[in-house]
Amino acid sequence: MNFLSIFVLVPLLMLLGLWLVKGQKGIRCVMMAGSTVLLITAAVLTVMFLQERAVNDAEMLFTASFDWIKPLHIKYSVGVDGISVAMLLLSAVIVFTGTFVSWDMNKEYFLWFTLLSAGVFGFFISIDMFTMFMFYEVALIPMYLLIGVWGTGKKEYAAMKLTLMLMGGSAFLMCGIFGIFYGAGGETMNIVDIANQTNGAHAIPVEVQHIWFPLTFAGFGVLGALFPFHTWSPDGHASAPTAVSMLHAGVLMKLGGYGCFRIAMYLMPQGAQDLGWIFLILTGISVVYGAFSACVQTDLKYINAYSSVSHCGLVLFGILMVNQVAATGAVIQMLSHGLTTALFFALIGMIYGRTHTRDIREMTGLMRIMPFLAVCYVIAGLANLGLPGFSGFVAEMTIFVGAFEHADTFHRFLTIAGCTSIVITAVYILRLVGKILYGTATNEHHLKLTDARWEERFAVICLIFCIAALGSAPLWVSNMIGTGVAPIVDHINTFVTNASFNPFF
Amino acid sequence: MDYSQFLYMREELSLLAVILIIFLADLFLCKEPKEGVPVRGGKIGLIACVLLGLHTLGNLIPCCGMEHEVTAFGGMYVHTAMMTIVKSVLNVGTLVVFLMANGWLRREENVVKQGEFYLITLFTLLGMYFMISSGHFLMFFIGLELASVPLAALVAFDKWRYESAEAGAKFILLAIFSSALLLYGVSLIYGATGTLYFTEIGALISGGSLLSILGLVLFMAGMGFKISLVPFHLWTADTYQGAPTVVTGYLSVVSKGAASFVLMTVLMKAFADTQLSEAWNIGLFWLIVASITIANLFAVRQQNLKRFMAFSAISQAGYLVLAVMGGTAQGMTALVYYLLVYMVADLGAFAIINVVEQNSGKINIDDYDGLYETNPKLAFLMTLCLFSLAGIPPFAGMFSKFFVFMAAFNAGYQWLVLIALINTVISLYYYLLIVKAMYIKTNETPIAKFRSDNYTRLALFICLAGVVLVGILGVCYNYIDTFAYGME
Repeated sequence: MNFLSIFVLVPLLMLLGLWLVKGQKGIRCVMMAGSTVLLITAAVLTVMFLQERAVNDAEMLFTASFDWIKPLHIKYSVGVDGISVAMLLLSAVIVFTGTFVSWDMNKEYFLWFTLLSAGVFGFFISIDMFTMFMFYEVALIPMYLLIGVWGTGKKEYAAMKLTLMLMGGSAFLMCGIFGIFYGAGGETMNIVDIANQTNGAHAIPVEVQHIWFPLTFAGFGVLGALFPFHTWSPDGHASAPTAVSMLHAGVLMKLGGYGCFRIAMYLMPQGAQDLGWIFLILTGISVVYGAFSACVQTDLKYINAYSSVSHCGLVLFGILMVNQVAATGAVIQMLSHGLTTALFFALIGMIYGRTHTRDIREMTGLMRIMPFLAVCYVIAGLANLGLPGFSGFVAEMTIFVGAFEHADTFHRFLTIAGCTSIVITAVYILRLVGKILYGTATNEHHLKLTDARWEERFAVICLIFCIAALGSAPLWVSNMIGTGVAPIVDHINTFVTNASFNPFF
Repeated sequence: MDYSQFLYMREELSLLAVILIIFLADLFLCKEPKEGVPVRGGKIGLIACVLLGLHTLGNLIPCCGMEHEVTAFGGMYVHTAMMTIVKSVLNVGTLVVFLMANGWLRREENVVKQGEFYLITLFTLLGMYFMISSGHFLMFFIGLELASVPLAALVAFDKWRYESAEAGAKFILLAIFSSALLLYGVSLIYGATGTLYFTEIGALISGGSLLSILGLVLFMAGMGFKISLVPFHLWTADTYQGAPTVVTGYLSVVSKGAASFVLMTVLMKAFADTQLSEAWNIGLFWLIVASITIANLFAVRQQNLKRFMAFSAISQAGYLVLAVMGGTAQGMTALVYYLLVYMVADLGAFAIINVVEQNSGKINIDDYDGLYETNPKLAFLMTLCLFSLAGIPPFAGMFSKFFVFMAAFNAGYQWLVLIALINTVISLYYYLLIVKAMYIKTNETPIAKFRSDNYTRLALFICLAGVVLVGILGVCYNYIDTFAYGME
């Protein structure tokens, strides 16, 4: 058994443990032990990966493969490159802090929560399309119950909408996977084999790519909050319990971007070159539209959800630029957005747990009442709007520098439009912070509220530490990610864009 | 006549032996009911379950000379290794039905006719065996009738209940109507080719003649009734609602599964002609699209769980027949695998519906509101079964759906697969409605807490094991695949 499978095995053991233990204390012990093991494994994996990468330049490291369903060439194959290591690290951090944030939740909640994280980890380690798809769906379905049972507001509607939209996306995705598999000869499901045309795979015919690339990209794009399909995100995030919002916005939405890059674009490069412009326009809309929408919201969670749409749009924006710098920036943006958004949702959850309202019109002067949470909120806001020193700056800077390398009008226009989102983000973040934190508290009830408890402080500090670390020492991460991005981008760029497909050229 | 040919019919003989033993046991064990003395359950249920269990184990996998195609009685009886697998799947399904029927049969009004239930059910199973292994249209027809006429008696088993009797009448009328259609189709085929042996028909039939096309259409319509594909589904909802829940489970899985496998083998063997196979693929295409879409849309609005499961079963039948498209070996594996997975999940759901109905008399979706509060284990099992039906991993349903779609995609029906996939989202919606009722909604008068009987527990355990393991363990699919065969 390959050691990467630990990432799936540990959550499974946690499920078993949760099933067996009794009492809140036992549940907390299991969750803490499990998530700590995951975090340590992720850290160890990162170190090992960096060492191995220095001497080994295979595309995927630590690979292993086991026959699963032989007649259909389905294997359980695992392996990691720089991108997936970064994602695993992110997931481990979010699951770890999420455990602390949902300190008082009951057993069933943690069962579904752990199942969700098993899906997420499984998705990032697998390099077989079937295995990947399976874990993808494993990660989606627990959301229904997590939001439906433990959520707030119009939770039933939000849970159903989210589940159906994401499952609709995965329906397209499944078709896309068949298209890729049979288009490449029907001999292997392995992503690397299909891309490099080894082990019986041949190049996917161009017509086939033109059919299945949009479907696959849109299928993953639903989860990555691509413009017309983003509407599940605000409702879902607003209704979900805190840790679930964190995990969902922080990690699950990354599955979308990761899948678009690793499956849709990498395996169908000609399709990506010819038809990528459609999605580039859509993500451009996501970026700007999400930011504008955030400006007019009055619910804290809705603001952050629309801000997520905007920032996740930047991820897809970066990878669709198909060059080394922008794509690396996109992956850093995944990390950065995952951390900041998780921090934001955690803080919103803590504030909401005290004030019992998320309406910004009803809150003022919280800085005096809960100084710790308020200061952290300011930090989260600054990180979100891309202040230098925090991760957001590095990510957005890299994406836009990369995007600017394209000299034609089409890309220039979109890049400039995308850049405006930074300004708009600053508008809503600063207004928000000024509105709810500063000034004098007018609500009598709010004056009696307490500041954060220890487990909440711990979770928040962990996240801030990661954001600051990523922002001040981004080089090692971006190098690591760069080694993963390079083969994919180079591969896609060996195919020349057929400009006749793009009316804007 | 060479009597050693009977040895090829090992499965049928073994089942016949089971039937005879149960018949004798029923004769001697059941006492005359006396005035004033309450009738006890007796051992007949246990005997039936044990015997069927032994029969299932004894014929589980093809062995001892049954691995190859064998022909007996001049081609009337044809057996391939895959058929043993299909029969095993049906055996397991029937066993689960027997287990879940136990509590229902011990009720006061049924206890005197327990033996009849087991016997009639096994006779329909025997009919399906013959239908599956037939090599001749007459043999096929006898098997089909043996499988469907006793079913009417089962549907009307609760004859004191108005709905049950009505459902029985509806079922028998439509069964006869569809048999008549089918028989007329067969006679046209006989007119076109002059033979009723599948292999000879396959060699002689030509797609150009109107006779053979008409025969094919009527044959498919007849089978459409049996599998309950839209537009031949109109009997389904009423019959499923009226029949006793246990029988509904049997109808929706075992009889449907046998019919769809036979549809595939007969189409592949007797209608293999290029023009004809193109014709039946087009026909199936529209039947599938209609079945999946229309049944899904109707299922959304249902309030009665049995009616709901009826529409769910129609759409699942659409997915099942999706594997027939193209008549490939991959499709055959996918079909049998889908049948197995669908069977455990659907029967699991029916076992829960049945045990809830027996204990509380409630059958509407609204009644299930808040089931999680009172009976968390049942609600959890129901959720797993529904997830499997909807095709959510890591449960087996996702694997079976994936493989069926893959087979149809490989056969060249990409857009059909896309339509079917979009429909899975609709089906997810209505399956989630039940999950929502159980977990999220609250109820002032919830179903009271109760303990289910041991037979139901065993049935649920088998279903749970199937739902969880059949998918994850790839061996099932791999093993079934070694016996698959397709059109040349």
